[in-house]
Amino acid sequence: MSDMIVLNDVTKRFLSDRSIKDKNGKPHWFTAVEPTSLSIKQGEIFGLMGYSGAGKSTLLRLINLLERPDSGQVVIDGVDLTQLSASDLRVARHNIGMIFQQFNLMTNRTVFDNVAFNLTVSGYPSRDIHKRVMECLEIVDLTDRAGHYPAQLSGGQKQRVGIARAIAPSPKVLLADEPTSALDPATTRSLLTCLRDINEQLGVTIVIVTHEMSVIRRLCHRSALLHQGKLLEVADIQDGLIQATTPIGQGLVQED
Amino acid sequence: MLTGAELSASIDKLLALRKEIWQASLDTFLMLGISTSVAIVIGGLFGVFLFLSSDRQFLQNKTLYGILGGITNFMRAFPFVILMIAMSPFTKAIVGTGIGPIAASLVLAIAGSFYFARLVEQNLREVPRGIIEATESMGARPLTIIKVLLNEARSGLVLSVTILCISLLSYSAAAGMIGGGGLGDLAIRYGYYRYQTEVMVFIVIMLSLMVIAIQAFGNWLATRLDKR
Repeated sequence: MSDMIVLNDVTKRFLSDRSIKDKNGKPHWFTAVEPTSLSIKQGEIFGLMGYSGAGKSTLLRLINLLERPDSGQVVIDGVDLTQLSASDLRVARHNIGMIFQQFNLMTNRTVFDNVAFNLTVSGYPSRDIHKRVMECLEIVDLTDRAGHYPAQLSGGQKQRVGIARAIAPSPKVLLADEPTSALDPATTRSLLTCLRDINEQLGVTIVIVTHEMSVIRRLCHRSALLHQGKLLEVADIQDGLIQATTPIGQGLVQED
Repeated sequence: MLTGAELSASIDKLLALRKEIWQASLDTFLMLGISTSVAIVIGGLFGVFLFLSSDRQFLQNKTLYGILGGITNFMRAFPFVILMIAMSPFTKAIVGTGIGPIAASLVLAIAGSFYFARLVEQNLREVPRGIIEATESMGARPLTIIKVLLNEARSGLVLSVTILCISLLSYSAAAGMIGGGGLGDLAIRYGYYRYQTEVMVFIVIMLSLMVIAIQAFGNWLATRLDKR
């Protein structure tokens, strides 16, 4: 299988607090992602695992350039996003769907319009939008909620709308930022099944950030283990077990 | 308490003024209509750019935000009466005269614009950051993101327009100074300068009813638009 996502030595640091200066009087920078290289194969479900402050969300947001890396390359499907113009980057993003912990649905639009919105933005032919929205709502089993507003839905339903919205323009990559962290265990299980089906039936490459070991074990083929901005290792997952080899990585995996 | 004779004398005075009251009402509606519409457009644009140029937004630019914020603060610092006088050369250049309801509308519009700009900035700040991010992640154009912002903030924006409209109604009472006319002006001229208290009371009641009606409509519309 060819590589869908390649990160080459990407780094990201943030100005943590203007008021904190080091002994040379320089502002204090916080390094969220130390130089990191990763390749994720086409059709893979890849986890980014670590505790708070491990830099996993930042690393995910580097993949669609929601955060621009300070150095390094982000190559998606053979194209280095860091070299693209603003308008080419917008086009490239039509190929990278994203779902969020807090769902981030537009509250003043119906379920249908939330999904349709992404199609319009992606330049989908307007006469086909209705059909495509209903197809996507079918995939996440929400066709009967098309006319509802997000506030009328449960958390699990909102996240499924988020998935339908993200996959509507048939992206090659789906980025999932802690998609189950706001959900209860039963809802989490059904959402993971939904993500797995999308991966198997549509061939979408999925990158999922989570601090829940069980999510990685149930869903992922491989997972990066991250600690304080550093990539410790990329572990295989076999028979629902994370095959960590480094000492810190094994510690991380066992703590669940 | 009023005696029957005093009451009927008061009603007679009001009836004698019915033409003036009618004309003043029309002037008030004219001033409100023009100034609110202009303030929504100019103030709305200003507010959107204030918000977009602020920290962590996609036009983030300290200099631009500083300039826009500075202009807004400066214009808002003007007492309305002084603004009317200061703007008279400008209103003359634009509408040909420095006095009358149209000239007053222009001054009201400017005062209202910068007031509204701050309200819009605040309304947009209340849209969760994640919604903007989700829109960005889809590859939406800046104009589309602005549309999403306005749509998400719409019920707050309606309440802000309501506040704007009521403030302008109250400011318009001062428009009499430049011959703007209107109900507030009439109340001052007859009620205060000519000691016809009943005229003042009647007009204040009219103005209160207008405020109540505008606020009720604004609340109703905001609730209807709010799907959060």
